[in-house]
Amino acid sequence: MLSIGLGHYLTLAAIIFTIGIVGIFLNRKNIIVILMSIELILLAVNINLVSFSIFINDLSGQVFTLFILTVAAAEAAIGLAIIVVYYRNSGTIRVEEIDRLKG
Amino acid sequence: MIAHAIVFYIFSLIAIVSAIMVTVSKNTVNSVFFLILDFISISCLFIMIGAEFLGMIMLIVYVGAVAVLFLFVVMMLNVAQQKNEWFNSSGRSSHIPVGLLVSIIIFFELIIVIGGWKYKPDLLDSIAIEINNDLTNTQSLGSVIYTDYIHLFQLSGMVLLVAMIGAIVLTFRQRSGVKRQSYFKQISRDRKDGIELVDVENNKGVKIDA
Repeated sequence: MLSIGLGHYLTLAAIIFTIGIVGIFLNRKNIIVILMSIELILLAVNINLVSFSIFINDLSGQVFTLFILTVAAAEAAIGLAIIVVYYRNSGTIRVEEIDRLKG
Repeated sequence: MIAHAIVFYIFSLIAIVSAIMVTVSKNTVNSVFFLILDFISISCLFIMIGAEFLGMIMLIVYVGAVAVLFLFVVMMLNVAQQKNEWFNSSGRSSHIPVGLLVSIIIFFELIIVIGGWKYKPDLLDSIAIEINNDLTNTQSLGSVIYTDYIHLFQLSGMVLLVAMIGAIVLTFRQRSGVKRQSYFKQISRDRKDGIELVDVENNKGVKIDA
């Protein structure tokens, strides 16, 4: 309990990952919160990579984390731009009302 | 050791609680604030565990750029008061038990994997880049990403460039009725367009806007 090992970090990452997935599944009102849940999932993946990298004593996990950070930043920027354009065109970003592809 | 454990539990508790608050918070602005708190506590964990560079980058990139971008979009779209109520969504709410069930199954699968997991025996031979304890974390990362991973590093720069161009192109809007300066027209004027020489007759004058 008192000696913190790899398992503690992996459990923390699993909990945050699951919270992110719950946020994606159960959120029905606001698509920005879904993007934030995706950020939480990426954060959990980063925790996994960094803690493995430290405990195995291998630096490549941190290099991968750096690349994941850049991709996550790019994804957030593009996603928010799409949301802004959608809001400008349709006046809403409620998840329930985004159904143009429903046919 | 005990201090390490106490700090770990404090930061991870803050991280988990704020992650829950991100998803259940009624107000989107509060969600963004809790997201910032989550990133800060996780980057404290990174710094504590020995990945200082990534912790600091996490602070700069996420808290300084991404979270502020989220906050900016939330404020700009005026959806802060649009309530984020997921338990009483109108009528057809059959997705909630299914979503909870799937999430719980995913969580227990992850826990099972973490619980019954071992290093493979020849792991120590397969380490790609061993951490050199004489160098700082930033130094050792820098000595790797500018040499071995230089192509991936430049590719990630290209990804950021494409994302920047894409975001600008998506949100750019040409407004009508705005007077703009046209450098090309200004530069390509010559004397014939600008000046007209007329013979003015006596007592007649010139019409300017003819």
